[in-house]
Amino acid sequence: MNKPFAAVFDKAGIAVGDELPILTKAPITRTTLAYFCGASNDHNPLHVDIDAAKAAGMEDVFVHGMLNMAYVGQMLTQWLPQQYLRCFEVKFGAIVHLGDELSCKGVIDERFEQAGEDCVRIRLSVHNQHDELKLTGEAVMALPNSKPE
Amino acid sequence: MASEYVGKVFPPLQADVEKWQLRFFAKAVGESNPIYFDEVAAQAEGHKSILAPPTYVLTLSIAEPDPFQKYRELGINPEQMLHAQQKFEYFSPIYAGDKITFTSRIVDFIERRKGAIKFLIEETDAVNQEGVMTTRFRKTVVIKGNGLNDTATEGKETAT
Repeated sequence: MNKPFAAVFDKAGIAVGDELPILTKAPITRTTLAYFCGASNDHNPLHVDIDAAKAAGMEDVFVHGMLNMAYVGQMLTQWLPQQYLRCFEVKFGAIVHLGDELSCKGVIDERFEQAGEDCVRIRLSVHNQHDELKLTGEAVMALPNSKPE
Repeated sequence: MASEYVGKVFPPLQADVEKWQLRFFAKAVGESNPIYFDEVAAQAEGHKSILAPPTYVLTLSIAEPDPFQKYRELGINPEQMLHAQQKFEYFSPIYAGDKITFTSRIVDFIERRKGAIKFLIEETDAVNQEGVMTTRFRKTVVIKGNGLNDTATEGKETAT
């Protein structure tokens, strides 16, 4: 059961520059891509069929951008429950390859009021194990008034 | 030529949010929080059923046999499309058992480098069976080279 926020969340203490707990995922395998192909409805053969990838000039299959974004979403919902997520956007910067071990990072960039809610803007990034930047983005989350249960 | 795309509205799509597919999605992304795959755990935390995770709404919106057909009909070669940016705005949660109606439209089309790269921006509203807007999302795709009105393939970086 994954509720790290419940133990550490302190609204008053949240400040610009604070980092969310980093989420590091297991290295991506062909099996990961096969599962995500089926589960995500993205049946593009370039992600699962090495013959199709080679025919398109790639060396091998490569990772769905939306898998990377799903990992970032997990980092956010491990920090605060999803009901506090207001906006989530990313740019897919570089192709993610087999074997990449992705680490998702979030840094509080701004604290502001929006529609009567106390919110934070979170600067997002994903790097692989070689510290290559794969994704950037931002999310807006409302801050609960008390510790979420 | 291509500014004619702006304002194009695609036919609506309806899709059911299935428990099994949410469980499969959770497995595929290595989700450990049971509110995303176990209905009892989700209900114990006050949810109606299994909660759809933040990016799942896009998966649901392409739950049709050929989600790229609508682009082909516009003369865009899907093999030249690269998913460049994705944005979600959240208004209300999506749960297993919901029926979501998607309506999509092309809101912008931008040409860069004298037309060598084109950005197509599509906005989609996801409304549930009670008429509640759950999510509005915006997908930016890059169309490379001669990906318009042409079936030639350029090769690399054709998808994300």
